[in-house]
Amino acid sequence: MPDGIAPSGAELPPEGERIESAVRAVLGTMSGDLSVVEASLLAELEGLGRTVARAKQEIASLRVDDITLSHIPSATDELDAIVGHTAQATNEILDVCETLEGVATRVGGVEAEALASAVTRIYEACSFQDITGQRIGKVVTALKAIEARVDQVVSRFGGAGGAPDHPAPPVDPDETEGRRLANGPQLPGAGVSQADIDKLMADFD
Amino acid sequence: MLMDKNTSVLIVDDYKTMLRIIRNLLKQLDFENVEEATDGAEALAKMRAGNFGLVISDWNMAPMTGLDLLKEVRADARLKSTPFIMITAESKTENVVAAKAAGVSNYIVKPFNAETLRGKIEKVMANA
Repeated sequence: MPDGIAPSGAELPPEGERIESAVRAVLGTMSGDLSVVEASLLAELEGLGRTVARAKQEIASLRVDDITLSHIPSATDELDAIVGHTAQATNEILDVCETLEGVATRVGGVEAEALASAVTRIYEACSFQDITGQRIGKVVTALKAIEARVDQVVSRFGGAGGAPDHPAPPVDPDETEGRRLANGPQLPGAGVSQADIDKLMADFD
Repeated sequence: MLMDKNTSVLIVDDYKTMLRIIRNLLKQLDFENVEEATDGAEALAKMRAGNFGLVISDWNMAPMTGLDLLKEVRADARLKSTPFIMITAESKTENVVAAKAAGVSNYIVKPFNAETLRGKIEKVMANA
């Protein structure tokens, strides 16, 4: 087995250490004066090592830990708060609607019909809270995916103090079709309309 | 008369505000016998313990989704003929196709209006 190559299944050292190890291995094979080709190869390896070291320093100076330790948790907390506030506001609107419905039963006639019609429109509009909640849920999921990728980058290139390498989440063997197809709301124009759905349903009948 | 207003209706959604909105819209249609569940598993337990003439369910819930609830309902000898309307933000063609293949009675995409809800309920109850 060649020097510097880890056996299959063994954990590889960080990229920088592997290059340093490769440089040492190349030097170890050399004796006497270096040929032009050997000198050129050595110079390229040293240059590569310096580039990797510089990249590590730059990544470390980015303070990417802030992203996973502070920014993303803070962002997800803010988004959770938005969902909470909109739910609270929606419930207050619904409280008022129910009061208005009570008033409508007392006044009767055309006024009652007008009130009932207005309240129905408010109920329809209040479904925004569900839609926005689901959209925010999708953003939180995306943020958590970014957090995991940042962790991986820090672990691989950030040197000491980096977060541990996270393997890709395992595929859930018990995932149902319902869960697999649960994608949440589509962007405007991306999903099918109620008219398209009605046509699709009719085609099955 | 297309709709029996005494029908017992089970509405299933993990958003409490959505449950409240659908309940109030059903009340406007004179449905007073309405129960709620916040995910598929709770809904299935209530259906097995009760006698519902109509289910109106969201899709995206945990741990049991609306589609999984629909499949369980259609696989249950006593429950399989229960009219089942999906009201969901899932608006991809593959969702509609999967729901129809699983035996959904009708499919409403969120956001929806009261007239659409009334029309779909009339239709599925007329075919029940």
